[in-house]
Amino acid sequence: MADTLTTPKAQTHVEHHDVDYLHDGSLLSWLTTVDHKKLGVMYLWSILFMFFLGGVFALLVRLELFAPGHTIMDAEQYNKAFTLHGAIMVFLFIIPSIPAALGNFVLPIMLGAKDVAFPRLNLASFWIYITGALIAVTAMVTGGVDTGWTFYTPYSTTTDGSVALMTFAAFVLGFSSILTGLNFIATVHKLRAPGMGWFKMPLFIWGIYSTAIIQVLATPVLAITLLLLIMERAFGVGVFDPKLGGDPVLFQHFFWFYSHPAVYIMILPGMAIISEIVPAMSQKTFFGYKATAFSSVAIAIVSFVVWGHHMFTSGQSQLAGAIFSFLTFLVGIPSAIKVFNWITTMYKGSISLAAPMLYALMFLILFGIGGLTGIFLGAMSVDIHLHDTYFVVAHFHYVMMGSTVIAFLGGLHYWWPKMFGRMYNESAARVSAILIFIGFNTTFLPQFLMGSRGMPRRYYNYLPEFTFLHQVSTVGSWILGLGFLIMAGYLFASLRKKMDAPANPWHARTLEWQIPSPPITHNFHEVPVITTEPYDYYRPFEPSVKGHH
Amino acid sequence: MSAETPIADHAAAHSAEPAFRQHHFVNAEQQFSTSKLGMWLLLATEILMFGGLFVGYGLMQSLYPEAWVAGHHHLDRIMGAVNTVFLLVSSYTMVMAVHSASTNNKSKTLWNLFLTLGFAGGFLVVKYFEYAHKFHDGLLPGRLFSYQGGGPPQQAMFFGFYFAMTGLHGFHVLVGMGLIIWIMIRAKSGEFSSAYYTPVDLVGLYWHLVDLIWIYLFPLLYLVS
Repeated sequence: MADTLTTPKAQTHVEHHDVDYLHDGSLLSWLTTVDHKKLGVMYLWSILFMFFLGGVFALLVRLELFAPGHTIMDAEQYNKAFTLHGAIMVFLFIIPSIPAALGNFVLPIMLGAKDVAFPRLNLASFWIYITGALIAVTAMVTGGVDTGWTFYTPYSTTTDGSVALMTFAAFVLGFSSILTGLNFIATVHKLRAPGMGWFKMPLFIWGIYSTAIIQVLATPVLAITLLLLIMERAFGVGVFDPKLGGDPVLFQHFFWFYSHPAVYIMILPGMAIISEIVPAMSQKTFFGYKATAFSSVAIAIVSFVVWGHHMFTSGQSQLAGAIFSFLTFLVGIPSAIKVFNWITTMYKGSISLAAPMLYALMFLILFGIGGLTGIFLGAMSVDIHLHDTYFVVAHFHYVMMGSTVIAFLGGLHYWWPKMFGRMYNESAARVSAILIFIGFNTTFLPQFLMGSRGMPRRYYNYLPEFTFLHQVSTVGSWILGLGFLIMAGYLFASLRKKMDAPANPWHARTLEWQIPSPPITHNFHEVPVITTEPYDYYRPFEPSVKGHH
Repeated sequence: MSAETPIADHAAAHSAEPAFRQHHFVNAEQQFSTSKLGMWLLLATEILMFGGLFVGYGLMQSLYPEAWVAGHHHLDRIMGAVNTVFLLVSSYTMVMAVHSASTNNKSKTLWNLFLTLGFAGGFLVVKYFEYAHKFHDGLLPGRLFSYQGGGPPQQAMFFGFYFAMTGLHGFHVLVGMGLIIWIMIRAKSGEFSSAYYTPVDLVGLYWHLVDLIWIYLFPLLYLVS
């Protein structure tokens, strides 16, 4: 530490904060921390556990479908299994996955800040998440839920089981999501380092910022919808029940007013990660930075006006259907801008095929399929045939899992050395990535075929002619499971090693790579001053962070 | 960083910072504007949450106008008007509390907060009498509705909305009272000054929203025809 150019202010915290953030490992220091990095790590382990739980239900669902009729469970148990798979994956895994786990860790560092705007609120948000998770688990063991994750009325207000409790869990989890989003918006607006203008922010920030706007503006509507649903069950108010003069389509409008934007809460952070991995792994300046940044905001805005495409067959007027159909097609424009810009960024780059980049390439292919099949479903006339078939199941799994989860895995491998200071086994990581890619396509490509031939979703039984495709799909789920098993193996193995990760294993330019791996408690010895663009790969590296070697 | 930093410098740098500034902010001004932005975002979520209720209320009113008119005849306009006055005046005393806090007037801050708390309590007392009356008459949501005086059956739905909207609003009043007590305790121990009165300011913003939502609830529920 021979830096003589520090200001008195910067020196104040040196002595007691020069150690890395993992140094104080006591349980209490973790459970009560307000450090965004520790909170990110705690979120990471929580959501990975939920991913495991949701994955077990997915494997059970696929196993039941291996043969027509009763295979390992009856219809009632099947309904509960796919509901729990969906509800866990959506509310407990994907929505918090990238923003709350990876975003919490890197967002303040990328901005040159010491923490998020409201560190205590961040801790509260984590514990609200845990509370919601515990309520959800209680609902699962005290009766389960068989409504699907969408809780459609009037079925959800009349069926047995712990629907009210599960709905309340989603209500609580919504607050965690709102508070995280609020925190990130305030952080991006107010805590950027000197010189960090809006267009010098890494594209990851633009994506997470757009996500945060949706989290803050859409989630409250879900909260009130779920509250009304709980009232329906408790008092039979009748707002959503046609028998009492209510309108079940109103529930669908309310639900999708949140839940369609929520689809973009899930995909925008995935795109944000790809925007980091592609330039770093290609060592190329980002092509079309501003267009990509604005396309995130555009997707966030358009996301609020497309919810009606979930109701083409629900008795919505044809005019409304046509308008929603047109608006839905608009989403294709900013999405395509991003895809073209990622590909153009790679053009003539010096591309490394390390694990994060493999995931980014997989994302491009799978998101291409997921996005284009979304256009099919957005067209009213086609949707009438495909609605509620396996085509829809395949489409949203290509977007949710093939895109968001794959991007999450890319981000996990990209930032793992930064988060834990250790490199994982690269060959094992590549093998697992390729297995996941093969397994994913084997599972879900047949579902497009089945759906277009009329296989309805949410059925535990099917006609004999679908047997072969269902079996291919189930075998795919086993390959997928094997890929994740290998991943768990090498990631845990890496944590048992001594810390060996360099500060910047990918030769990337954003701020988090200019500080040690793992970072010190306060991230920076002194506030960095930003003079360069985040992806200036065309010129020699000029560090913005002083005081590190 | 140099290990030979004089200890005196270190201590001086610490004492130069005001105690209320959190370490991740560069200065007090940044901390204040960040807190304020956070509060405005929270208020936006509140408006959207109540917005869902307003939309559902409006749609059902358009479907069952007779039930809505019949339902609102059971509400006491005088009590509603008194509560409106209570909240409007409490917003004024809240503004004065923020002003006093920002001008270092501790006793006036405490008095104004106390008055605000009193009006909020008054609001809940009136609300209690209204609710008790509805319970007595069986004017309750959904299947609990047991009113014997006749009228359109969808009155049960009207009272579902009535209790959901005023209940959620009343919960916000209760939270507001807790927050006011919290800043009164802090004000009493002399934490606020013209340099730092952020909590008073933010609780004030919250309180105005609680008032504002009631300004919409009152005509919608009590004066509809």
